[in-house]
Amino acid sequence: MSNWLVLTLVYLAAAVIAVPLARFAGLGSIIGYLMAGIAIGPFGLELVSDPQAMLHFAEFGVVLMLFLVGLELEPRRLWAMRHPIFGWGSVQLLGSAALLLAAALLAGVPWRLALVAALGLAMSSTAIGLAVLNERNLGGTTAGQGVLSVALLQDIAAIPILALVPLLALGGGYDDTSDPIWKEALRALGVIAAIVLGGRLLLRPMLRWIARSRTPEIFTAAALLLVVAIAALMQSVGLSMALGAFLAGVLLAESEYRRELETDLEPFKGLLLGLFFIAVGMSIDFHAVMRHPGLIVGLVAGFLLAKALVLWAMARAMPIPLAERSVFVVLLMQGGEFGFVVFQAATQARVIDGDTASLLVAVVALSMLLTPLLLLASDRWWAAHLQAHRQESAQHRIDSPQSAPVIIAGFGRYGQIVGRLLFASGMSATVLDHSADQVEATRRFGWQVYYGDATRLDLLRVAGAAQAKVLVVAIDDVEQNLALVDLAREHFPQLAIVARARNAQHWTQLHQRGVSFIERETLDSALMSGRSVLELLGIEPHRARTLAQRFRRHSVQQLLEMAPHLGDEKRLISMSKAGREQLEQLLAQERELAERTRGRSDDPSAGKAPTA
Amino acid sequence: MPDILLLLAHPDLQHSRVHAALRAALQPESARAGARWALRDLYALYPDYVIDVAAEQAALLPARLVVWLHPVHWYGMPPLLKLWLDEVFTYGWAYGPGGDRLAGKDLWLVASTGGTERSYRPDGHNRFFIDAFWPPYEQTASLAGMRFLPPMVLHGAHHAARQEIDEFVDMLIDRLRNWPDWPEIADLMPCIQGVAPEGERPAPGDT
Repeated sequence: MSNWLVLTLVYLAAAVIAVPLARFAGLGSIIGYLMAGIAIGPFGLELVSDPQAMLHFAEFGVVLMLFLVGLELEPRRLWAMRHPIFGWGSVQLLGSAALLLAAALLAGVPWRLALVAALGLAMSSTAIGLAVLNERNLGGTTAGQGVLSVALLQDIAAIPILALVPLLALGGGYDDTSDPIWKEALRALGVIAAIVLGGRLLLRPMLRWIARSRTPEIFTAAALLLVVAIAALMQSVGLSMALGAFLAGVLLAESEYRRELETDLEPFKGLLLGLFFIAVGMSIDFHAVMRHPGLIVGLVAGFLLAKALVLWAMARAMPIPLAERSVFVVLLMQGGEFGFVVFQAATQARVIDGDTASLLVAVVALSMLLTPLLLLASDRWWAAHLQAHRQESAQHRIDSPQSAPVIIAGFGRYGQIVGRLLFASGMSATVLDHSADQVEATRRFGWQVYYGDATRLDLLRVAGAAQAKVLVVAIDDVEQNLALVDLAREHFPQLAIVARARNAQHWTQLHQRGVSFIERETLDSALMSGRSVLELLGIEPHRARTLAQRFRRHSVQQLLEMAPHLGDEKRLISMSKAGREQLEQLLAQERELAERTRGRSDDPSAGKAPTA
Repeated sequence: MPDILLLLAHPDLQHSRVHAALRAALQPESARAGARWALRDLYALYPDYVIDVAAEQAALLPARLVVWLHPVHWYGMPPLLKLWLDEVFTYGWAYGPGGDRLAGKDLWLVASTGGTERSYRPDGHNRFFIDAFWPPYEQTASLAGMRFLPPMVLHGAHHAARQEIDEFVDMLIDRLRNWPDWPEIADLMPCIQGVAPEGERPAPGDT
């Protein structure tokens, strides 16, 4: 077998074995990847010898991730975020770096080494932060936005920091470098301007042209090419690849290809990011750790503590809702992939020696390894703390708190409407949501509210799932939605489940789980709009209503008929392709239905009673 | 398949006494295997007034006795039952050319009124005997070729005593079990389907 086949085999096998194991143990996929990396790395089974090369390659996963993050952020929203990005982001980076620098100088570390180490350690891991936000569906929360802002500023700040490192080595050589630096800055500005302009003017027509060729794999290739090209362009002028990809993503956020780009790149991102974490696991130099175990532990604990301090103060000042603070702190306190890059640059520039660099890399990698564990610990501890806190403050009303017959999981746009109807009808419900903002909104209702991940069994129990009659699954994230349904069916079989379905696929998945009250979230409002259109085209309102209702029944019937055929085989078909085919089928049958009823509909009294 | 089809139409069963009792008494049997009757609670089946015409026609076909159970509202049937009639008794199916699917079946009305029996008299505030409100039902049955059986009515439903309602329910069940061996049926004329003259209404396909 050739070498790359063996390598692919090792990586894929390690990931496929370790990730499900870690998830099964409730540790999350990132820990799984890290463990897989340690297992196959130079300090485990020694199946892979050159982790640095792999780390370099896998960094592209981070680039793809930032492109996808950019796709979710329209320029207007990004502009609105400029204060948190530059304000709070700078506070985090400079505050942490200053604190770390001061501590290092006090400990007697030479100032150049102290400065490089402080800047490198002040960086957080975008990969871990955003991957966890994604996995827990926290992107829309205040803490999630805070994490994103800080991560973005770090991406931007990486440029000047990397430019600064060689200067430190040269010391007095300021004059020699001033000209190239000045030129480089100009070139960098030029490239960014080119990306912004090109993104505005060229990208959409190009994508349209490619999409017209109707070759899905070429569109996927074009999407990859786009990100690779931008990354290469940015790297050629010494800028962060991830930042460039993020910019391109933002520029395409308003285009009609946003969803398609997302679905095409998602699997690449996931796998490369996994590879990245594996490479991080491999690159932990256990020899360095073994040589100075005390020092390493001290360094990890010390710098985590210093950063946590800064972050906690920020979370209080921003303010981030109490319940989300622990997530915000834990997701930003570890060292990150930019740290690796800074230390590597510093080694090359001879600011620090190889041993120190591997020590610092080990410290960062260990802190990354610790993050998911810290997150689990903080979940437990912080949730318990909040619970106690709330009970203290709500001592005056102990009216059998969890006796509401209804639990609403997910209190966003969907769950809120369900909740308001219940409230208006004089019913009461218990609400679960992972966003403290939404939770705040329910206080007006005077209902029992629980903050946290609704797919956690202990939280469901606390919310009274064992006594409730109805569980409304209004979570928008499909995976979490299904996970909650599975959990409820397994542990609380008495609960009648009322579920929100994102789309037809999701509907089918819910149906296969035996849920009988499923509503597709857009169906009814879209049908109401369709009625308005029919009315504007001159169809009588009541006739439009009848047509819409007929369509609705047909559509539901259609789904029911297709459900049994969408078993395991469906999973093999890519999501987008299946969706397209479903729609085509639906429309064809709808036309047929229209043909059949047209003869009748021309006769105004068809199907009606005899005229007296 | 049971040969009696009960169609219950009450828009607000939560505040009903007679029809809630009827449903409670009739539904269990309907669900059993080998039941004497099938009950369709129209307001529960179609809370959005979107009637599944095909399903309703399919339910009518095996029935030999069709029973409408409803409160009298504004001297007629509740709106959903009227809509059911409009949409299910279609031209070419229930009446008109080839519209003979209901011919030969019996149609029986079981109704309740808020007003007392005394109020349904020329000197009462409802001014007419209750029979004066049935001709539209009779003619509907006739056009579909159905035999209209003498309605069974409970008056003064709002103030009826519990016992009175129970007796009404028991009597209804008794009659359902004994149908078609009713003394009055022997006196009824065999039913002849009424026919609307040609050209009275446009045929399908005409514009």
